[in-house]
Amino acid sequence: MAFKLNPQLSTGAAIFSYCTDPSQIEGLAWLSCYLSTGKHMALYWSVLTVLALLAVTGPAALAFGFGGASAARSRVAPLRWFGKTYIALVRGVPDIAFFLFFVIALDQGIEYLRHKALCPDWDQPIRQGNDFIVCQAAKMPLGNSPQWVHETYGFALAVLTFAIVFGAFAANVLYGAMRAVPREQLETAEAYGMNHRQIFRRVLVPQMWVYALPGLGNLWMVLIKATPLLFLLGVEDIVYWARELGGSKTPRFTDYPHPDWRIWYFLALLVFYLIFTRISELVIARLMRRLTLGQATTAGEAQRKAA
Amino acid sequence: MSCIQTIQDYALRSIGIGERLLPREDFTLCEQFTLIGSGMIWNIYFGTVALLLGFFFATALALGKASARAFLRKPSEWFIFIFRGSPLFIQFFFGYFLFLSLKSNYAFFDPFTAAWLGAVIVLFCNTSAYSAEIFYGALQSIPKGDVEAADAYGLSGWSRFRRVIWPTMLRLAWPSYTNEAIFLFHATTLVFVSSFPAWQQRGDALYYAKYFADKTFNPFIPYPILAGFFIILTLIVISLFGLANRRLNRHLPAERPQKIRLLPNLLR
Repeated sequence: MAFKLNPQLSTGAAIFSYCTDPSQIEGLAWLSCYLSTGKHMALYWSVLTVLALLAVTGPAALAFGFGGASAARSRVAPLRWFGKTYIALVRGVPDIAFFLFFVIALDQGIEYLRHKALCPDWDQPIRQGNDFIVCQAAKMPLGNSPQWVHETYGFALAVLTFAIVFGAFAANVLYGAMRAVPREQLETAEAYGMNHRQIFRRVLVPQMWVYALPGLGNLWMVLIKATPLLFLLGVEDIVYWARELGGSKTPRFTDYPHPDWRIWYFLALLVFYLIFTRISELVIARLMRRLTLGQATTAGEAQRKAA
Repeated sequence: MSCIQTIQDYALRSIGIGERLLPREDFTLCEQFTLIGSGMIWNIYFGTVALLLGFFFATALALGKASARAFLRKPSEWFIFIFRGSPLFIQFFFGYFLFLSLKSNYAFFDPFTAAWLGAVIVLFCNTSAYSAEIFYGALQSIPKGDVEAADAYGLSGWSRFRRVIWPTMLRLAWPSYTNEAIFLFHATTLVFVSSFPAWQQRGDALYYAKYFADKTFNPFIPYPILAGFFIILTLIVISLFGLANRRLNRHLPAERPQKIRLLPNLLR
């Protein structure tokens, strides 16, 4: 795998002036110095990685889901089979297997395509026993490209993997939502002389979101809880840093020696995720209240009566 | 080496019976099938134990959450919130390091850092919380008439719970509970990729699939094998739960059978 990352972070850069000699201070001052070392800064940055992943994956998964759901409803049989298989496969197979599979498969797929395009006169087989060999120019990213390209490539692969897996879940939700739109609406549109594409675009899609929202909200929570799996994809995320920083440190290698603190780091991660999911839960509940307002559903009716 | 020989050597490799060394090169399809299948023993073990024990705890938690008394309700609510609100992946890490630090102080916790006990405890807590939420929802939607009828028959307390409330709760919760069971089995693959060490390379199906994928740098064989095994396992779980579902609904009129509708509960 091409993206083993190693940002050479300076450990000496101190934020507070009293941090110059950590062995002389203790208590809260020591802790404030400890928590502001360069490596801890990397930990805080990795939180942003998680948020960035969520921000990119959410819409991407929705797009994949929309494609999958539309394909599953298609009148063209092979497209329909493809859509249904895509949705069904993720149900039967653990997602971790998908994550581990796609990250290598995508990497090799991209390199294979580039190999075919860039080195047409290469006559040796690509798979030689246990090796996967493509020509130098087809390597992705190129062997001589800078560190940030490797990191970005790794992150992009992770995003694509997440989008494919969660796209299938989203497709399931959207497929259900499309079927929940009352048939009469579509029949009315037909009676107005719209063709299939027009019905899909003008009637089905605008109405389906109300039915899809609870499922999508649920999916969002699941997506949040799946972000630590970034660690498995080789990205230096919060799990990586928590393991790295929590392990016991001896005075020889660091100014801040401490015993094995990994349990506290993971407790902090646990609390972080609890707060994050709780906030999302509240926001989604609020959004739902907003959207059901005035809708001809049970919840909307209950709101009307309460008012 | 013939395939029969491979099966004899590796079919029980994941629990330490058979050939000590894993194959190192020239992996045959037979070896991959056998070893990954051997790893399924762990997945089935984790899933079954956590599910069976979790079932009872989940019932207790659901009753606690539905209770009017705050000293029962609050702890149940918090337990469910903590285990449903955080990623299982982090729970595994946290559980493992918790047991590790307990072990350094008390020798009693020695076995807890091994997957067979420690991971089962984490999975047990996790599935209990998810199932409890399902059961709680079912408790809330028990028809009022059923409980009133039980009262009219003079049933109360334990016998009312045992004969009326509990069966109805299970009947209503069963479709979602089936999903929970399926995704619990899927979640068992996280055990060895998170924190728990696979002692003497005795790992689960994903551990061996990853082993082959890393060695051959070819994900297109071991992962589809793993997927196949899990689809079979999922089908078995669905049919077993379907049998239980039939029994739970046996008194209902036959023309509208309660079909299990499988909705994705997804990963936790």
